[in-house]
Amino acid sequence: MINGIMVFAGKKLIRLAALLASVSIITFALVAMSPIDPVQSYIGADVMRVGAEQRQEIAAYWGLDRPFPERFIKWTSALLQGDMGTSMIYREPVTHVIAERFMHSALLMAFAWLLSGVIGFIAGVAAAMRKDSWLDRLIKSYCYTLASTPSFWIGLLLMMIFAVWLGWLPVGMGVPAGVLAENVTWADRLRHMVMPVLTLSVVGIAPIALHTRQKLIDVMDSDFILFAKARGERGLGLLLRHGLRNIALPAITLQFASFGELFGGAVLAEQVFSYPGLGQATVEAGLRGDVPLLMGLVLCSTLFVFTGNALADYFYRMVDPRLRYRKEERA
Amino acid sequence: MPLLEVNKLSISFVQYVKGSVQQRITVVDELDFAINEGEIVAVVGASGSGKSLLAHAIMGILPKNVETTGSILYGGELLDEKLLRRHRGREIALVPQSISFLDPLMRVGKQLHTRADGEVQDKERDSLFERFQLGKHVARLFPFQLSGGMARKVLVSTAALGRTRLIIADEPTPGMHPDDVAEALGRFKQLAEGGCAVLFITHDIEAALRIADKVAVFYAGEAIELAAADDFKGQGERLRHPYTKALWRALPQNGFEPITGTQPARSSDVQGCLFAARCSSYAEDCKTKRPESREVRGGMVRCLHAT
Ligand code: SF4
Repeated sequence: MINGIMVFAGKKLIRLAALLASVSIITFALVAMSPIDPVQSYIGADVMRVGAEQRQEIAAYWGLDRPFPERFIKWTSALLQGDMGTSMIYREPVTHVIAERFMHSALLMAFAWLLSGVIGFIAGVAAAMRKDSWLDRLIKSYCYTLASTPSFWIGLLLMMIFAVWLGWLPVGMGVPAGVLAENVTWADRLRHMVMPVLTLSVVGIAPIALHTRQKLIDVMDSDFILFAKARGERGLGLLLRHGLRNIALPAITLQFASFGELFGGAVLAEQVFSYPGLGQATVEAGLRGDVPLLMGLVLCSTLFVFTGNALADYFYRMVDPRLRYRKEERA
Repeated sequence: MPLLEVNKLSISFVQYVKGSVQQRITVVDELDFAINEGEIVAVVGASGSGKSLLAHAIMGILPKNVETTGSILYGGELLDEKLLRRHRGREIALVPQSISFLDPLMRVGKQLHTRADGEVQDKERDSLFERFQLGKHVARLFPFQLSGGMARKVLVSTAALGRTRLIIADEPTPGMHPDDVAEALGRFKQLAEGGCAVLFITHDIEAALRIADKVAVFYAGEAIELAAADDFKGQGERLRHPYTKALWRALPQNGFEPITGTQPARSSDVQGCLFAARCSSYAEDCKTKRPESREVRGGMVRCLHAT
């Protein structure tokens, strides 16, 4: 068992290293081809007051005048020593920016992940148990509608209803505007988080609910449910004893494998609500040619999504007894 | 009064052939039989002839799209969902066909113990395990870790308990070691001697004859003969239906004469006798006239020319 975990982790680590390397190269190459002039965006509104010489100096200061391959090598060797560089937009070490942003995003994504997982699972179970009833049709049409709805649109809709019309929730940002950082309470933070979390989870419910529904329908049609019924099991007891046992694992696996979509959704949701998380920082870094920050973020999000998939894989392999144990030596 | 009485039971379902064309498939057609307490009735028929659906129909666990007509009585009472809820897994027990009837994610021991079980049943099962030479560790295994023979024994041990009054065993023996087959059949026999009624569904006529009192032979969804086990003797002179005789003579010790041809698939547009194409006693009217079941020499037969 322990051995199995070590081998599993070893293989995953090698893959991760290869993945990170290729992602960095591709991102760097893409930035090299990007039409955005980082100096231009660095100067921003001061464009009239900055002369050609000063531009040269700025470029030289950030190393922007060097050819891309050289910059890549420099960045890589710094990274290997643990230095991710300094963000051009925030003028802060990239690690600081990411650490702070990550706190915001992680909280946001964790809430959305749990919420969509739990609600989606329950909705899927309910739909399957009442297959073809009005409840099932309602849940299915909700899922199909949302599966084809972009999350930013949901975000805008929520904003319109709760922030503009009803005025219950703040329009955006991570904390109230014009309040000193030390006066911001947890309640404030949570209130600002409600809409992005809702946006993210409303969309995240669909896949897990549909998957759970189908899986449970299949399981309830299977021979072993038939036999359990023949032995007097029925109703809720049957569902708990044999149904959930067989669908929980695939649901958990799917939920971990959805880290990618979760992150993608977060980028859009954070953008809509100007929520200061990783997603928003990624958009900023991309639009303004902040290469060190962008690279840091890309690596971080790759790591994040990879972790999700690896966990999904792990659960799939290690928790299912058919993969965990070898077939018994015959008696 | 028989413990289980099946009257004019038909089982059918609608199948889609080629897109939207519907076809009603009848797998069991107007079946009549009864089992008394202490009696073993074997239902013998080729694999895939709808015998499992018969077992599931009695247990009331057919899928929704399967339709039944006719009636099933248990102890003289209509065996409906209400009565089934009382008896399923207690007085009436199913021995299913294969290992896929065990929950793949649950250890065998935990799985065998149901809500209805008390200490008595657990003890009984332990001693059954011993008799079947299933080690104690088997309870800790997951179903996929069992060999075919072990799985059968586990399945038999779910039903062969003292409280059972009616066992419906659906192909319980294939894949078992001959000794274990003997053990399992012996266990059924023993339960029958204690007053339990056993419906033994199988394609193995030899295994059936080893324990059964009566044998119902299935052909294309119809019971074409119901004979006492004693009728299977010699060259099969006492058997009534040409198919039963052919089955009997196809056994190695009785001449090994193969039966040519295959069973026809059932659909609603059959005329005449279903066995006509393969029958050695075929006569002109067999093609047009459908044989009804009738009594011949104390047994039942569906053949126009049986005597
Ligand atoms: S009815 Fe005719 S064809 Fe059918 S079994 Fe009897 S003799 Fe054979």
